Amino acid sequence: MNTIQKHILSIGLMLAVFAIGSTSLVVITENATRDKIADNERQTLLNAINILVPAVNYNNDILSDTLEIVPTKALSTTTATTVYRARQNEHAIAAIFTSIAPNGYNGKITLLIGIYQTGELAGVRVITHKETPGLGDKIDERKSNWITQFSGLSLSNPKSSQWAVKKDGGQFDQFTGATITPRAVIQAIKNALHYFEQHQNTLFEQRTEKHYD
Amino acid sequence: MTEQYQTIIRDGLWKNNPALVQLLGLCPLLAVSNTVINGLGLGFATLLTLVASNGLISLFRHHIPDEVRLPVFVMIIASIVTAIELSMSAWFHELYLILGIFIPLIVTNCAITGRAEAFAARNAVGPALVDGFMMGLGFAAVLISLGALREIIGQGTLFSEAHLMFGESARYFKIIIIEDYRGFLMAILPPGAFIGLGLIVALKNVIDTRQTAKITASRDATQADNSALQ
Repeated sequence: MNTIQKHILSIGLMLAVFAIGSTSLVVITENATRDKIADNERQTLLNAINILVPAVNYNNDILSDTLEIVPTKALSTTTATTVYRARQNEHAIAAIFTSIAPNGYNGKITLLIGIYQTGELAGVRVITHKETPGLGDKIDERKSNWITQFSGLSLSNPKSSQWAVKKDGGQFDQFTGATITPRAVIQAIKNALHYFEQHQNTLFEQRTEKHYD
Repeated sequence: MTEQYQTIIRDGLWKNNPALVQLLGLCPLLAVSNTVINGLGLGFATLLTLVASNGLISLFRHHIPDEVRLPVFVMIIASIVTAIELSMSAWFHELYLILGIFIPLIVTNCAITGRAEAFAARNAVGPALVDGFMMGLGFAAVLISLGALREIIGQGTLFSEAHLMFGESARYFKIIIIEDYRGFLMAILPPGAFIGLGLIVALKNVIDTRQTAKITASRDATQADNSALQ
């Protein structure tokens, strides 16, 4: 082996050593943080659910009492969705699941929707969106309380024709300079309510056991 | 020795500021400077990464072969950013939920590779750490100023949504600068970032030119005095 080849080989080896070193750093950190992160994510999810359905209203382990639903046009979902089911002493109380408003001003808006067994909305929150800052982003609970007005509403309250922004003859406020965003969200909520009404019986039926560890 | 540190501090904060003079790391800078709080978040995360990467690279500077130094830098920086992201998610989860989206952006910040190449790979660990800290501080200062500029013009407030970073009690940090302001959307959207940064760079250049003019003028004056005495 001549000197150039030796030189190249030694450089390659050093590169490999650094690759192993930096990969080890990531592996060690991942190992040390994995449980804590899973725990945090579980807690965050639980907090999000409890905002919609207060913890005093149910007594089951809601994160384990889940049902996977296949992608459906009614919810505009493209991947399987998890339904979290709240029960009080085995009686169905509410279902919490994500739904998508596909026609936001800047693409998809993901919503977390809670619906009580009575068909009444426990509440709605926007999880992710790309709406215009200062205009459409008022759907986000951190920016304005617009989204909280839906708690307690159902398909019969208000009646179907009123499930729209005021501009379209409905009862909900649009935002100054942004009608498309609230229109998309309202439509998605209405769709979710319809979906719940049609599938109410099967949604609480099957029991799945899921373990987080 | 102290003189070296003074130069490092002056370079990082002003003379060779990564955002205003080197014009590095513009992608995250322009994307995440629409409010003071966002700027503060990204600034803090960048500062942390810069100190860690400068320190590590300086530590291994005698072992990194010159021919493959860039791939080595990239590997070190990427793994540091990943480690920071995981640690934050584990121990500062609330903060992570807000800054989480910004952290992967830091990998695209060429100011970090730039400091590794220009400083850390050629200097001892002590100065390299200080350089990382000062460059990070300089970058964060620009992020915060640009965030303040865009937030005031865009929505007439300062420190809005501070509770995302400092907890519920910080909700009252928000200062309304202009009452009943209708907002100026362009300042919040990307064009506002470019124009705002342009204005800040221009301001820095004006200050520098004035400074130089003053120094030259006073030097001329002293020279004139001296020749008069002679």
